[in-house]
Amino acid sequence: MAVLNEEQTMLRDMAREWTTNESPVTEWRKVRASGDPQAWDASVYATMAEMGWAGIIIPEEHGGSDFGWLSAGLVVEELGKTLTASPLIATTIAASAIVLGGSDAQKAEWLPKIASGEVVATLAVDESPRHAPSKIETTVSGGTISGTKKFVHEAHGAHLFVVAAKDGLYLVPSGDGVTLHDRKLADMRNHADVEFAGAAADKLTDGGDDLLDQVLDRARVLTACEMLGMAQQVFDTTLDYLKQRVQFSQVLSTFQALQHRMADLFADLALMRSAVEGGLQAIDAGFLTSQAATIAKAEANRVLHQLSREGIQLHGGIGMTDEYDVGFYLKRARVLESSFGSTGFLKDRYARLSDY
Amino acid sequence: MASQKDIDRTSDPETFRQEVRQFIAENFPDELKSKGNALAAVEGPATETAAQKSWREAMGSRGWGTPTWPAEYGGGGLSRKHAAILNEELAKAKAHNPIGGMGVMMFGPTLLEYGSEEQKREHIPPICRGEIRWCQGYSEPNAGSDLANLQTMAEDKGDHYLVNGQKTWTSGGQWADKCFCLVRTDRSDKHKGISFLLIDMDSPGVEVRPIQMISGMSPFCETFFDDVKVPKENLVGEEGQGWTIGKRLLQHERTNLSGGGSMARMMGASLADIAKRYVETDSDGRIADAVLRDRIADFEIRWNAFLLTARRAAQESKAQGGVSEISSVLKKVGTKLGQERAELTIEIMGLQGLGWEGEGFTQAELAGVRGWLFGKATTIYGGSTEIQNNIIAKRVLGMLDHQ
Repeated sequence: MAVLNEEQTMLRDMAREWTTNESPVTEWRKVRASGDPQAWDASVYATMAEMGWAGIIIPEEHGGSDFGWLSAGLVVEELGKTLTASPLIATTIAASAIVLGGSDAQKAEWLPKIASGEVVATLAVDESPRHAPSKIETTVSGGTISGTKKFVHEAHGAHLFVVAAKDGLYLVPSGDGVTLHDRKLADMRNHADVEFAGAAADKLTDGGDDLLDQVLDRARVLTACEMLGMAQQVFDTTLDYLKQRVQFSQVLSTFQALQHRMADLFADLALMRSAVEGGLQAIDAGFLTSQAATIAKAEANRVLHQLSREGIQLHGGIGMTDEYDVGFYLKRARVLESSFGSTGFLKDRYARLSDY
Repeated sequence: MASQKDIDRTSDPETFRQEVRQFIAENFPDELKSKGNALAAVEGPATETAAQKSWREAMGSRGWGTPTWPAEYGGGGLSRKHAAILNEELAKAKAHNPIGGMGVMMFGPTLLEYGSEEQKREHIPPICRGEIRWCQGYSEPNAGSDLANLQTMAEDKGDHYLVNGQKTWTSGGQWADKCFCLVRTDRSDKHKGISFLLIDMDSPGVEVRPIQMISGMSPFCETFFDDVKVPKENLVGEEGQGWTIGKRLLQHERTNLSGGGSMARMMGASLADIAKRYVETDSDGRIADAVLRDRIADFEIRWNAFLLTARRAAQESKAQGGVSEISSVLKKVGTKLGQERAELTIEIMGLQGLGWEGEGFTQAELAGVRGWLFGKATTIYGGSTEIQNNIIAKRVLGMLDHQ
């Protein structure tokens, strides 16, 4: 854990207390059972916004707290631990696009409503099942946008889409010309293909040519934070289980074969945490952000992939039952690994950034 | 009157920085620029050039080779902040610290903690001046990872101990002046029968035989003790306290072996730069072999995560005022990555990267091969990876032992 200041420690403790008491995995089970494609509870998100979480990266002049990305990451990590379903991550990523690239008018229009929780927003980039920000066909002509985005996170219930078109990022409010097609993935969360056909689109013009890259780097790091919370939870749960389960008249944790596997996973988890926190700190510092974000998501992918597999294996058969939580983490893990860059994509990106 | 060292300790940081710069300008020989070798004080013979000698003596006289050790025993007596300034200025001047080896890395800190006043006064100042080389008498043929199984016996003969037995993997034993040794003073108790004894390597009955390793080098020795008389005053701590003192020393060893920063410096050119020299690139400057390119990126991402982890461990330890629990992973991860990098370098270079000697190879290529082979030791010595895993599982994760 990065060394935190007092404000960050309070925020982390508050988030941990809230997720533990108000949003344990049983809450996610209830949401899942409801079958609602939105897959998050509006009253829960309102509570999060009341606690100030929706405005953590939004400047104070626009109604946020401007605590920064390390602070946002602390909250998101806690949400990841208990699989709390909410549009907070998607909205924070979308808000960063407006913070980085919005005009004064666009900021004044949207950021206060995002910070207050009134507006849920999400980023819509990919047009195929694999992350490919260089392959965008969506176009804008005469102020209206046309194209289809695949597997958009938290699309159901979103009031605002930040959409990548060939020539830049656009703000597109939901409504006329925006149609959602539900896509149910293994994680049972909120995803949809979003079809834009003549919807009004307002360009973000102040962010420079690499605005999309900058926003995607933030998406990678914040996604990695959710993954970090999941990885930590899988590790802790598995360790607890090994200390309780008795076979051959011994608790499993006394077996050296298992001790060494856990030691390896512990080391990998340490690397993942360092990489993810390094990504958050790089965004806050504005230094080598792309490299740090790429390292963060690549390590998150590598380690959570391994941990989610080992978590099932080390639990044995009961790890495969729906009654145990560990399977939820496996399914959510794969969705997040593919989002905003698979491991192969990220390694290629790291090599490009390093000129090889 | 305040000594120079008292002034150093309390002086304003900028004044101290100027003083260091002036010292380097006056004392550091140009011909030694960028010539530092972190392992020279352990693994090389003791021959020095005139320039090396003068630089060692200059640093030693200030105690700056051991900057934070107490000034009363010949250390620099610097605060951590002042020591950091010293290191920064040395690095800027491409000057190395000529005073190192096991005396500095392991034995000195342990003796400062457990030694008697007489022992500190006798042994610490020569370490600070870089005059005495120490070697480590720990492992034995039947006491490797199970170190406490050691059998070298120190028999109480009234005014001295009579030592008989064999040590192995004695790094730099053939060049060492003295040996800090774990010996058995009691056969009835595995751990409490161990004592920590200092032995002169030129005592009658000490024989050292270098072991030729797969690298072709002989950095390790077998050391035989045949009726070696050791004065009683060379016992550190109490009889039977050797295991406690010996383990403390290993903590210093691990801290030094895992240091990400020093490993990074030893690694030199990046893998990508090496690859660009040895394999084809495409018209966009990418490594044309897509599989190799992917593996280099994969390695470098994990290496970066390791460096971030080393940094985080240091920050956490400082903030907590104690060793961070993630420090326990640094040795095993750092050494594994170091080996992986050496293997990948050979793969990039092909057979040009496996040159043993003779013409047709650069010095860097030849050194790389020996380093690759020597590097196999890193996951074995200083507590093997398997021992590190035991430590993490039991002490950090609280997984129970077979009991």
